[in-house]
Amino acid sequence: MTAAALPRAGDRTLPRPVESAIEFLRLLSKRPSGLIGFIGIVFFLSLAFIAPLFVPNQESGDITQLYETPSLQHLLGTDNAGRDVLNQIVQGGKEIISVALITAFLTTLVATVLGSISALVGGRFDAALVAIADILLTVPPLIVLIVISALARPTNFLALALVLSLLGWAGLMRQVRAQVLTLKERDYVEAARSLDLGLIHIVFREILPNMRSYIVIHFVLAMTGAIYAQVALIILGLVPFSGKNWALMLYFAQTQGAFYFNDAFWFVFSPILAIILLQLSLVLFVNALEDIFNPRLRSS
Amino acid sequence: MAATTPADAKIVAQQFPTTPRANRARHILGYWRHPVAQALVKAFLTIFVTTTITFFLIRLMPGNPIDIKIDELTKDGLMTYQEARAQAASLFSIDLDRPVFEQYLSFVGNLAHGNIGYSFISQGTPVMSIVLAVLPWTLFSVGTGLLFSFSIGVFLGLFAAYNRNTKIDHILSLGGSIISAVPNYFIALLIVIVLGVELRWIPITQMRGATSPGMQPGFTPAFIGDVLFHAALPISVFFLATLGHWILGMKSATINALEEDYVNAARARGLSDGRIMTAYVGRNAVLPLVTQLAITAGLAIGGSILIEQYFVYQGVGLRLQAAVTQRDYPVMQGILLMVTLSVVIANLAADLLYSKLDPRIGRAGGATGA
Repeated sequence: MTAAALPRAGDRTLPRPVESAIEFLRLLSKRPSGLIGFIGIVFFLSLAFIAPLFVPNQESGDITQLYETPSLQHLLGTDNAGRDVLNQIVQGGKEIISVALITAFLTTLVATVLGSISALVGGRFDAALVAIADILLTVPPLIVLIVISALARPTNFLALALVLSLLGWAGLMRQVRAQVLTLKERDYVEAARSLDLGLIHIVFREILPNMRSYIVIHFVLAMTGAIYAQVALIILGLVPFSGKNWALMLYFAQTQGAFYFNDAFWFVFSPILAIILLQLSLVLFVNALEDIFNPRLRSS
Repeated sequence: MAATTPADAKIVAQQFPTTPRANRARHILGYWRHPVAQALVKAFLTIFVTTTITFFLIRLMPGNPIDIKIDELTKDGLMTYQEARAQAASLFSIDLDRPVFEQYLSFVGNLAHGNIGYSFISQGTPVMSIVLAVLPWTLFSVGTGLLFSFSIGVFLGLFAAYNRNTKIDHILSLGGSIISAVPNYFIALLIVIVLGVELRWIPITQMRGATSPGMQPGFTPAFIGDVLFHAALPISVFFLATLGHWILGMKSATINALEEDYVNAARARGLSDGRIMTAYVGRNAVLPLVTQLAITAGLAIGGSILIEQYFVYQGVGLRLQAAVTQRDYPVMQGILLMVTLSVVIANLAADLLYSKLDPRIGRAGGATGA
C-alpha cells in the first residue's frame, strides 16, 4: 500500500508514514512477545542481507578439522569438509528469506486481487474460483508440492517461489472474498460504483486500503508457510540449488549421515535453530499484529 | 460492468414464478444446497481435479516422465522406439496410440478399477498394492496423534480461556505459539539428534520400522505392543506439531463464545458453571475446529514424508521419498491420489460430524448462508 492510498491527514508535524510507524512501535512495545518477534525479524533480515557484505564467503574448509565441536576459532564448529558452520549460517539465510518474501508477495497479490474481483463480480466466475480454492485447500499441500517439484524441477529460487505460490493463495483468497463481500455494502463503495469508477478503481482505491492490516498479517503468515514448504523440498533434494542455504546444509548433513554423529551435533543443530527461530519470530510478530489490529480479541 | 449487486439478486428472486413446478425445482435446489450434498460434490470435484491434473502433468508437460522413460529404454539400443513406447505406456496404464482425450478416459476408467499402473523400479508390482501396504501405517500414526492433540488441545484451550490473563493462560498461549511455529519435521529431527543421538534417552534404532522384524501380525498383546512401540515417535510428533493449533484456536473460539448472549442467558437461568462450560460454551466453540481437522490431517500427512524418513517408519511418506529419489513416477502419482482420497474422505467425515454437532445445519432449506 502506498502512502497515497491512506486517508488524508490534517495538519501534522511529522509525515504520516513516520507517525504511524512510531505509533506502531509504541503499541508493539506493550507486547513483549511481539517485540521479541519484531527484533527477531530485524535480526534475521540483517543477518541474511547485511552481514554477508562484511563476512567473507568461505568456500573451502580445512580438511584436518572435520566435524569440530564449537571452539573459539569456530563458534559453531565445522562441517564434513572442515568449513566453519557459523560462516554458512551467515551466508545461508539470503536465499531462504528471499524465496519466502517473493512467495508471500505473489500469493498475497494473487489472493487479494482474485478475492476482491471474485466478490465484486460474483456469479459463475465467483463460484468457479471458490470451488478451485476449496479444492486447493483440501489436497495435502506438501505432497502436491513434492510431486510438482519432482516433475517441474525448479532450478532457481524464482522458479521455486512460483511453484510454492501455486498452492498458497487459496486460503487468503477465500478470506479476502469474505471481507470484500461485507465491505462492498459500505456507502463509499456504493458511491464509487454509482459513479461508474470501474472495477480496478474500486478494488485498488476503495476496498484494498481498508484491508491493509489484514493483508499485512497474511503476508507474514504466507512467509512462514513458504519457509516450511521450501525447507522440506530442499531437504528432500528436489530443488537442485547450489551455494549456501540453511536447508541445503541439512540436505548435505543428511547425505553425509551427520545426523548420527555426536560430533556433528552443532553442524546439524545450527541451521535447524536458525529456521525455527526465524519462524518463531514471524509467528510471535503476527500474533502481536493481530492483537494490535483487532484489540477486542484475537480472531482465529 | 455487469456486476450483479444484491439489489439485482433480490429482483431476480422476486420475479421467480411460484408455480407448483417451480416450487418443486426450488425444493430440489434446497437439497442441492444441503451441506451434505455440497460436501459430496466438493469431494468428488477434488478427486476429479487431482486426477486430471496428474494425468496432464505426467503426459503432456515438456520433459514428462513418459518421454524420459522412453529415452532411457531406447538409449542402449536394445529396444526399438515402438517397444519402449509400449512399455512406458503400460507402466502408466495409458495407451499412447489413442487421442489424448481417449487416453484420459481410459486412465480414469483404470483408476476406477484401482489400476494406477506399475512401478518403474519394482517391475511388475502394481502401484496400488505398494500404496496399500504403506498407507495404513501413516493413517494410523497421523490419526492417533491428531486424536490426542485435538482432545487435549481443546481442553487446554478451554482452560486457558476460562483463566484468561492468568499466568497459566500466558504459559499455554505462548507455548502453543512456540510449538506451532516449529515445522513438524524439525520436531522429528530434533528428537533424533537430541534425544536419540546426543542424550541417548530414546533407543531410536530399535524403534525403526513399523513393526519389529519377524513379528507375526495378529490381535496378540505382543503385536499390538510392538506396533505402538514403533509408532510412538511418529504419533508424538504429530501430537506435538498440531497441539498448539488446537490450544490457540479453542482459546479464541471460547473467548468469542463467552461473550454471546445465550451464555449470559444461561447464567441468568442459574445453570451451573460446569454445565455452561460443556453444553453451551465448549460445544459451540469446538464446532469451527472440527472443520479444521481434515485440513490439519492433510498438513500432517505432508510432513510425514520427512518425519517417517527420520524415524524410518514404513508409511506413505517414506515410500514417497523413495519414489522421488528413484524417479518412480507411477508410485509418486499413486501416492498423491491415494493420500488425496484419504484426506477427502476425512473431510467428508468432518463435514458430516459438523452437521451432526450443529443442529442448525441438518435442517432442510439450508440455514447456512454458505
